[in-house]
Amino acid sequence: MNNIKSIRKDWDLIESLIGENSRILDIGCGEGDLIGQLEKKLNAQVHGIEKDQEMALKGISKGLNITHGDAEKDLSQYANQSFDYVILSQTLQAMLEPKKILTELLRIGSKAIVSFPNFGHWKIRLQLMLFGKMPITEGLPYSWYDTPNIHFFTLKDFENLCKEMHIVIEDSIGLTSKGKQFSINNSLLPSNLVTHEAIFLLSYKNFELIKIKSTNKIFTKNSAIIN
Amino acid sequence: MSNIEIKKNKELDCNIVEFTNANFKLVSGSVLENFKIAFKTFGSLNQSKSNAILICHALTGDQYVSGHNPITERDGWWSRMVGPDKPIDTNKFFVICSNVLGGCSGSTGPKEKKDNKDIIHGGSFPSITIQDMVSAQVKLIDVLKIDKLFSVVGGSMGAMQALQWSVDFPNRIRTIIHIAGALKHSAQNIAFHEVGRQAIMSDPNWHKGNYDEEKSIPERGLSVARMIAHITYLSEDAMHRKFGRKLQSRDIISFGFDADFQIESYLRYQGRSFVERFDANSYLYLTRAMDYFDHSETYRKTLEFINNDNDDINYLVISFTSDWLFPTRENKEIVETLNNLSRNVSFLEIETDKGHDSFLLDEPDLDIAMKGFLESNYRNTHE
Repeated sequence: MNNIKSIRKDWDLIESLIGENSRILDIGCGEGDLIGQLEKKLNAQVHGIEKDQEMALKGISKGLNITHGDAEKDLSQYANQSFDYVILSQTLQAMLEPKKILTELLRIGSKAIVSFPNFGHWKIRLQLMLFGKMPITEGLPYSWYDTPNIHFFTLKDFENLCKEMHIVIEDSIGLTSKGKQFSINNSLLPSNLVTHEAIFLLSYKNFELIKIKSTNKIFTKNSAIIN
Repeated sequence: MSNIEIKKNKELDCNIVEFTNANFKLVSGSVLENFKIAFKTFGSLNQSKSNAILICHALTGDQYVSGHNPITERDGWWSRMVGPDKPIDTNKFFVICSNVLGGCSGSTGPKEKKDNKDIIHGGSFPSITIQDMVSAQVKLIDVLKIDKLFSVVGGSMGAMQALQWSVDFPNRIRTIIHIAGALKHSAQNIAFHEVGRQAIMSDPNWHKGNYDEEKSIPERGLSVARMIAHITYLSEDAMHRKFGRKLQSRDIISFGFDADFQIESYLRYQGRSFVERFDANSYLYLTRAMDYFDHSETYRKTLEFINNDNDDINYLVISFTSDWLFPTRENKEIVETLNNLSRNVSFLEIETDKGHDSFLLDEPDLDIAMKGFLESNYRNTHE
């Protein structure tokens, strides 16, 4: 779906978001190279799901725990909060029900890492505007009729969906088409224009205990309780 | 006094371990005072005894998993999988394969003589379960002084035994490879077994299982049972590909009940040759053992009881797309339960039209998965 170099970059960034000794599920794990990397470098307990038989086979042969199956049907088998991180790398745009998948990610994992190609990148906008044809880029290299990508969305669209679903964006990293990395939140750049690929670290809102100050002290006195 | 003795059997070209006064209690409540297990080993056990793999055979299998089978005078049933430089490499692993309790190639079963008597068990043999088979295997592993098996591997009824190992003796196995099995024997599978058993029991030569005394063999019944079962091991596509409507040694149909079609001739041959190597009573007892296999209600609870700390088993579950006897759906139930409990499990569904028999046939992806899984896990535990 992307060239090797940028996928490796993508993986290194994903790795940078993950703590050591975590339990990780990678959805659409391919031959398991990313989870293999995370297992080695972060001493993580890893598991993958892969739809393609040959790729799942290669991963299993490396000794990785991989379930050969379809993430859109098979995520229900995982228990609530059974992973620290659930990774969905470069796959959300190919899912039939992206919203449902996002809900599932944060049901299974306490945090989700989602990366995707940004359809709002200036090159894509320019192609559509100038030529009036569906854009073909490095990150989205397919013709409209044979693309596995069925849901195109931009950085802004994704941020809005997170807001609507009450998902907290803990971190967001953008990559330009030249592979330059920047923080989407704190950047002065027009991120939706220059982000070629985006990586998001997501979680649900953690509600902190609310302390209510009260001047009323009646319950602190024994007499008040007795009476 | 109970006694254990390993003997070499020249005629059967295998080892037989004999347990006397063993007071072996079966699930049914019956007790076997004495019993014996016929087994073969391949490769050699390493010093730390950490490279032993137990292979559990299917319904009509035997201990001759590899090498020469003296009963059939053919290669062992999984010779393509087990041997030097094969996917289960006997240069690296010490492979043990034993004939199941209730079987008919050397282990205690209906065909064997009763204790200190000249008559055989026949129809009076006690009912056997998969759990009993595994309990007997554990006794064999004890005799071989192996504390922990590196792997238990099996397809079909062998998969049932592998699963039973993981439930009853989780601390004694490192990995399991479960191929084309299920948590339970389904109603459809019981139905096919029942038709097979009825074929045997309605053969006038069966004599309620005591055909040995009558000096007869229920050949017709057993061969019909085998023919029915054989259909369930194939798939419609494979049958069509292999036979279609092709005629057997003739150009036109006979307008009679000869084996006009190749498929008929093939099934008749399968039935005939099966009778030469298998005991009809064993077939009854072993099909029954499979029918009684059911972990569907208890599996999850049992795994929960065997908590994560005690369960470092790495599971590999494999199914085949065209297997309608033990379909993917049923294999996946095991995987789903394991995944739900965050256990170490891998699952692979292999696309093939060869049906349930795929695990015995040439399926390169099966070889790659088994070899890769076993060797990478072996490396991980021996680093």
